[in-house]
Amino acid sequence: MITYMFRKASRGFSPGLRRFSDLKVTEHVPESPASPRLTEQASLYVHWPYCLRRCTYCNFNKYIPKENNEDIMAKCLQRETETLLQLSQVSCITSVFFGGGTPSLAHPSTIAKILETVSKQVNLSDEAEVTLEVNPTPVGMSKLKDYHHAGVNRFSIGVQSLQAKDLKSLGRDHNSLDALQTLAEARKLCPGGVSVDIMFGRPNQTTELWSRELSEMLRVCDDHVSLYQLTLERGTQLFKQVQSGQVTMPTEEITAEMYQCARTTLQQHGFQQYEVSNFAKNNSESRHNLSYWTGRQYIGVGPGAHGRFVPLGEGGVAREARTQTLEPDVWIREVRQRGHGTRRRIQLGHLELLEEVLVMGMRMTTGINHKHWELFSPELSLLEIFGGSLVVQELLQHGQLILDDRGLRCSWEGLALLDSMLPVLLVELERGFSQKLAAN
Amino acid sequence: MTYFLVKQLCDISLLGRVLPFKVCRRKIPSYNICYRVLRHCLVKSLPLLFVVPKDAVDLSKFPVDKIRNFCIIAHIDHGKSTLADRLLEMTGAIAKTEKNKQVLDKLQVERERGITVKAQTASLFYSHDGQEYLLNLIDTPGHVDFSYEVSRSLSACQGVLLIIDANQGIQAQTVANFYLAFEAQLAIIPVINKIDLKNADPERVESQIEKVFDIPREECIRVRDGGNMLTVSPRSSKGSHRSVDDPFKALVFDSNFDHYRGVVANIAVIGGRVKKGDNIVSAHLSKTYEVNELGLLRPEEHATQKLFAGQVGYIIAGMKDVKEAQIGDTLYRHDHPVQALPGFKPAKAMVFLFCSWPLSMYPMDQSEYPALRSAIERLTLNDSSVTVQRDSSLALGAGWRLGFLGLLHMEVFNQRLEQEYNASVIVTSPTVPYKAILSSAKLIKEHGGEEVTIVNPAQFPDRSVVLEYLEPMVLGTILAPDAYTGKIMSLCLSRRGVQKSMVYIDEQRVMLKYLFPLNEIVVDFYDLLKSMSSGYASFDYENADYQAADLIKMDILLNGRPVEELTTIVHRERAYSTGKAMCERLKESIPRQMFEIAIQAAIGSKVIARETVKAFRKNVLAKCYGGDITRKMKLLKRQAEGKKKMRRVGNVDVPKDAFISVLKRKEK
Repeated sequence: MITYMFRKASRGFSPGLRRFSDLKVTEHVPESPASPRLTEQASLYVHWPYCLRRCTYCNFNKYIPKENNEDIMAKCLQRETETLLQLSQVSCITSVFFGGGTPSLAHPSTIAKILETVSKQVNLSDEAEVTLEVNPTPVGMSKLKDYHHAGVNRFSIGVQSLQAKDLKSLGRDHNSLDALQTLAEARKLCPGGVSVDIMFGRPNQTTELWSRELSEMLRVCDDHVSLYQLTLERGTQLFKQVQSGQVTMPTEEITAEMYQCARTTLQQHGFQQYEVSNFAKNNSESRHNLSYWTGRQYIGVGPGAHGRFVPLGEGGVAREARTQTLEPDVWIREVRQRGHGTRRRIQLGHLELLEEVLVMGMRMTTGINHKHWELFSPELSLLEIFGGSLVVQELLQHGQLILDDRGLRCSWEGLALLDSMLPVLLVELERGFSQKLAAN
Repeated sequence: MTYFLVKQLCDISLLGRVLPFKVCRRKIPSYNICYRVLRHCLVKSLPLLFVVPKDAVDLSKFPVDKIRNFCIIAHIDHGKSTLADRLLEMTGAIAKTEKNKQVLDKLQVERERGITVKAQTASLFYSHDGQEYLLNLIDTPGHVDFSYEVSRSLSACQGVLLIIDANQGIQAQTVANFYLAFEAQLAIIPVINKIDLKNADPERVESQIEKVFDIPREECIRVRDGGNMLTVSPRSSKGSHRSVDDPFKALVFDSNFDHYRGVVANIAVIGGRVKKGDNIVSAHLSKTYEVNELGLLRPEEHATQKLFAGQVGYIIAGMKDVKEAQIGDTLYRHDHPVQALPGFKPAKAMVFLFCSWPLSMYPMDQSEYPALRSAIERLTLNDSSVTVQRDSSLALGAGWRLGFLGLLHMEVFNQRLEQEYNASVIVTSPTVPYKAILSSAKLIKEHGGEEVTIVNPAQFPDRSVVLEYLEPMVLGTILAPDAYTGKIMSLCLSRRGVQKSMVYIDEQRVMLKYLFPLNEIVVDFYDLLKSMSSGYASFDYENADYQAADLIKMDILLNGRPVEELTTIVHRERAYSTGKAMCERLKESIPRQMFEIAIQAAIGSKVIARETVKAFRKNVLAKCYGGDITRKMKLLKRQAEGKKKMRRVGNVDVPKDAFISVLKRKEK
């Protein structure tokens, strides 16, 4: 509460602390690897590594905390944020996303402190999207208001399912009633700024059950839905259960049917699909996620977080793929010692950058428009790369891919097969790139 | 275990030494041919005496009449290498320890598999009745695949010990090895081994020997652990031709490649003498070399100043290229040319024509081609029975078509490539060489004869221009306990085998002879035979010319387009099962794609088998957690790399693995 007050105060009375700028962040910032505009801003991802329990399907980087070390964690997250912002030399953070683990286990003051750190150092607009992932538990719900006060303006709620039995077998720590209440509370706080995560392809799920469940969900949800297929990951409890035959997963055929069914249903309810697994109405797309898909810089803070930015602060010129140390305890030690816990840095070459732009961009229903591509690749257009390829021609003829005046994108049918098309497109990109290189 | 050899006749004249071998004419009923046999009369035991020679060896004190060249032949696992170990120990060539196991088997593959592949030579010094003798022991491989090694070894010998396990009795390879020695007109002394084992039945084995080889039971020697030390010194009249006073003449019977010293050739000195610094000529290439080093093999190289007629040793003479030391070549002094020895070529040619086991070998990655080429060249220096031709495949790139003598031979070659040269290869199924008798005058003119050998299925001539197709046949010998006869006979029948004979070699054991198409036994026949007889049956085969066969060409189609590298020649009776199996294996290895894929086996336009790979309906997954796209990018890049290596047949991407899994031999 003190923090909240402080923040309010800083907003009200000392605008200097938070560098406002006239620069309004727009979709079409001129960008190319050489362009200074692209390196002036970034989005920020903050990873909260702790969970109360382990979900049976999850192999993500998360830890069950042994003791309460929230103060230390908060300090270290702030410290690393400072270090990396300094290193990146960005003047503006366009959005912040608190992910995990279970970031809704963090105290709202921790969230506030981190946002404070950001706005002290760089421009963080009032309109900047600040998202927090929330587990729909009663405890999580009770803190929503404080999070909102701390500066969070968008909640992404991990509902996953409304089936009590499934929530239990997935190892989630909430029930469907909790989920509905949390959702209602969040919508009250941030109307139009609430997203729900739903999972399909769950053990023993049928298309019919899924369809019914989705309709139920659409009655209560806000303007944004993220749809995920449960993937069986090695090393999880679920994997063992499936291996030993205790649990059966729906077949590929069934999950394909579920996906198409969901896409149709969502469309009927006025949700536009804008990415492989994301649907929105009333322009409530996740701006943070869009910035990934459009190849913008992002800074990753916290154990195991990933980032993509140019370290201008130490004279870097190329974008780097950066990964922070996974284990929270080790990460904490490193942050205390040297201000950050960056474990791995890989410089991305121009081709590698273009590959990421292609792979990420094609996940969007709008694909990659010519102008957008040109920002990253002023010398080699989409038409030059893909126009002459026989394999691409085949995809175009079969109606899975579209290459026209607007740019390159998947058709409705093609989007479901994206992972089959990407290797083909990557081969063509590499071929075109090396030909161009040889010609120069 | 201690085995032993009988030695005799040391103090009698040259003539006296030849005398104890009686020459007899013998008719072998099952083969209906006559042999001249030299047989030693005095093979029963004498006490063993020997001295360990001093390090400095004066080889000149071993004239021809003090030298015995012999080898040991046997069915696999009958104790050949162990006997050789004991001989080495007892003559002091190696220290007597528990660890002496397969001392002569130097290759890793030999030790792993407990088999002998390369014949190894060891010179042993042995003192008897105050006379010192030089015994050259040549260890030989047991498996029939390596019979060329056996014949090579035999050519340098005068006598053989034919070892037979007292428990197992005569096995298929005992028979094969016996005939090799028989044809080489060597003295053959049967040694019944392991008589101390629990189930040993030396009487039974003796009567088998009488029945199958027509050697009287009195001539058999029984040996067992620790006792009964015997010495044998078989000699044939061959030795009498050799003299230290003749011009130098030596036979190259083996060679190795050493990275530092070049080619190390193993030679048998037939006449004269050779010393360090001599200029010698290879009859094959007419190239002159200076002898840098020579010596005995005991079994380690043991340098000496000279080698004399009758002796066996090694020679290093600055040969740099693997091809310079041809096995079977003759060496002579540059100032005194001699008539070249016949060498081994005729035997090899026969092997190549009939019983070669052709298959293609490709590097895993084309960038490894040069390294693999040099590895294959070096290995083939050591193993002249492998025939090598260049080959290339659309799917697998440049490679070689190699001809082996049999399955084990091929496996061992492959294993040596991996172990000694660290080369990994893709091996495609053995294909047997078919033939066609052409009927079209035009084609006959084109081929310069009416008979063509079909090496590649793509060249399979159409039925309409062919009088008949021929397939290579083999005469197989199976020895097994009679309890398994029924099962074995039905297996043989299912492999298109025709029974030629069936003989009880004693009360329980049956020897079956079958005529098989080579194609039917090449891949898994031996494994099946072994498993259905609980390991008791043994199998061996020899070439049996070509026979007319109803052969057809089968295509594999992907969405209607033929895949050339999978075209196969099959017997009509086998077409359906082969086609079905190939389609199934392809289905397992072609990943789902964006459209449905029909995999078909077809003869002409008639489809005989079909499998379908369903189209993907969806394969896009999951969100990118917290911007972690590294893993996803890696996966996609790997798939993109894989895509580049795929072969496109029509609109279908076929991974190289798919070809490999269809073409390569099935894992056991």
